[in-house]
Amino acid sequence: MTKTQDTSASSSSDPKSGAAAEALTPIYEMHRSQASSLLEVVIERAIQTSGISAVVLVALIFLFLIKEGVPAFFEIPLSSLFAARWYPIEDYFGLISLVAGSLLVTVGAAAMSLPLGLATAVFIAEIAPSWARDFLKPFVEVLAGIPSVVIGFMGMLVLAPFVRTALDIPTGLTAFTGMLVLAWMALPTIVSVVEDVLDSVPKTYRDAGLALGLTRWQTIWRIVIPAGRTGILTALMLGIGRAIGETMTVMMVTGNAARIPTGLADIFMPVRTMTATIAAEMGEVAQGSAHYHVLFAVGLVLFLITFLVNLMAAVVVFRQTKRAERLLS
Amino acid sequence: MSRQIAQRIAFALITAAAIFVIIPIFFIVGYIVFQGLGAINWEFLSAFPRDGMKAGGLLPAIVGTLLLTAGTAIVAVPLGVGAAIYLSEYAKDTTTTRAIRIAIVNLAGIPSVVYGLFGLGLFVIFLNFGTSILAGSLTLGIMTLPIIISTAEEALRAVPQSFRLVSTSLGGTRWQTIYRVVLPQALPGIITGVILGLERAAGETAPILFTVAAFFLPQLPTSILDQTMALPYHLFVISTQVPGMPLSIQYGTALVLLVFVLSMNLIATLIRRHYRHQRVW
Repeated sequence: MTKTQDTSASSSSDPKSGAAAEALTPIYEMHRSQASSLLEVVIERAIQTSGISAVVLVALIFLFLIKEGVPAFFEIPLSSLFAARWYPIEDYFGLISLVAGSLLVTVGAAAMSLPLGLATAVFIAEIAPSWARDFLKPFVEVLAGIPSVVIGFMGMLVLAPFVRTALDIPTGLTAFTGMLVLAWMALPTIVSVVEDVLDSVPKTYRDAGLALGLTRWQTIWRIVIPAGRTGILTALMLGIGRAIGETMTVMMVTGNAARIPTGLADIFMPVRTMTATIAAEMGEVAQGSAHYHVLFAVGLVLFLITFLVNLMAAVVVFRQTKRAERLLS
Repeated sequence: MSRQIAQRIAFALITAAAIFVIIPIFFIVGYIVFQGLGAINWEFLSAFPRDGMKAGGLLPAIVGTLLLTAGTAIVAVPLGVGAAIYLSEYAKDTTTTRAIRIAIVNLAGIPSVVYGLFGLGLFVIFLNFGTSILAGSLTLGIMTLPIIISTAEEALRAVPQSFRLVSTSLGGTRWQTIYRVVLPQALPGIITGVILGLERAAGETAPILFTVAAFFLPQLPTSILDQTMALPYHLFVISTQVPGMPLSIQYGTALVLLVFVLSMNLIATLIRRHYRHQRVW
């Protein structure tokens, strides 16, 4: 009896993948022969099939992007694809200006979003009194729930005119405006991941810092944040993934001029991203045309970038759990 | 003491940053309510658009968004909850399980416009569904899948192992344990996750651009192979594609969309709160 309770306590708190299933499998196997009806067998098959659906879907998405996107590389000379001009009506398909536009906006957004998100997470997890925490956490979730088209709408009508008059530039629809909006939209991702990370730093670390006479801030800055640095890196990656894939807001606030940024001043000029190009042009192209295939190729590039970014984030998390398991065993 | 001063400055900066993050949320929601409330009346919610969409109401867009949300649920809920049950109750820590987890993470990270491309390539063209509610629901459903899988799995995992042990000790098979013991306990958490996933689907524009959304339709859709209007796309259209659109209608549309989406968020939060207090374990 006591032994049973022990197992249950230890395994219910065990976050390891498949632990719950693994522990009970022998018992399930024993019961299987006596009670499994036909319906049960069918249901179990269905569950196992849906289990692998995610893998099948990722593969399917990748396949269709290749199928529709790769022909572009045969139909259009490479010199055109790697040129600076994107002007599809005259067969200029310079992917580089789109990639550069996306990178510019994303890097700018990440640079603004990380410190803000980190500070907000530290505020929620470490500094705020508990009533403020209960109030703030749902609020950050509300931000995650606002549709991107609504944020783009407000960015266009309120933020862009503000940027134009504040900076005294010809148009408010610039890369900078896009960065501001994207930075803000990436915040919920960064805040919630970093907050989880800070929560998972053991209380003993904090106690040790305070016992050594550090102030609360020194404890946070020198102990808690360094202890969570891999998690913070993950948050940054996920935030970047979020920003580079954002479509509607970017399309509405960045002005959509395809050009390669060359200097700092270009931040305050219109820019055109990969996502906005797909969204703006796919509706008007003839199916099967070179332009159609190029847009799928842009989608393929986006897919590969986000795939890599997320894979890296996932690997960091896996490695961290493994290390934790090693340390604790 | 300078260390105390350093702490005070750091805390002040951090608090300022947090406030800087929160204020725009208030501003956006408040401003849209303030500007949009004047446009809301019964006609706005129950009539078709008139005069090149510059007057009349949002009925076809509202109905379309409801239909697409329902379609998304039909596609994503069985598949997502099934996958979550698999991961929580069946899967061992094998290479397959890891591949599934990596696939879910990546599925969650794919840009929404790429889902739109995929839907266009597979459902609209390859399977020949055309731009239709069917194609749009499938696209949105696949996009929503990772959210539902991860939240449902978390809810299933939170059910203590002792509950399963009791069931098996009474002779329960794996499915009996899942169906009679684990699922009922995890249900509030699963429902919360489903609503949050559907909330995201209801507000998305990019995946429906080429798979289902129509600029303007004079009647409601009659079959799942029809196109439909939808609130997010409608807001995009009237704010960027139609010159001379009255601002009140634009803000009114944004308000209706915001209320629709945020009320789903509120319901999810309330369900979570309610059951967290009731939970016996």
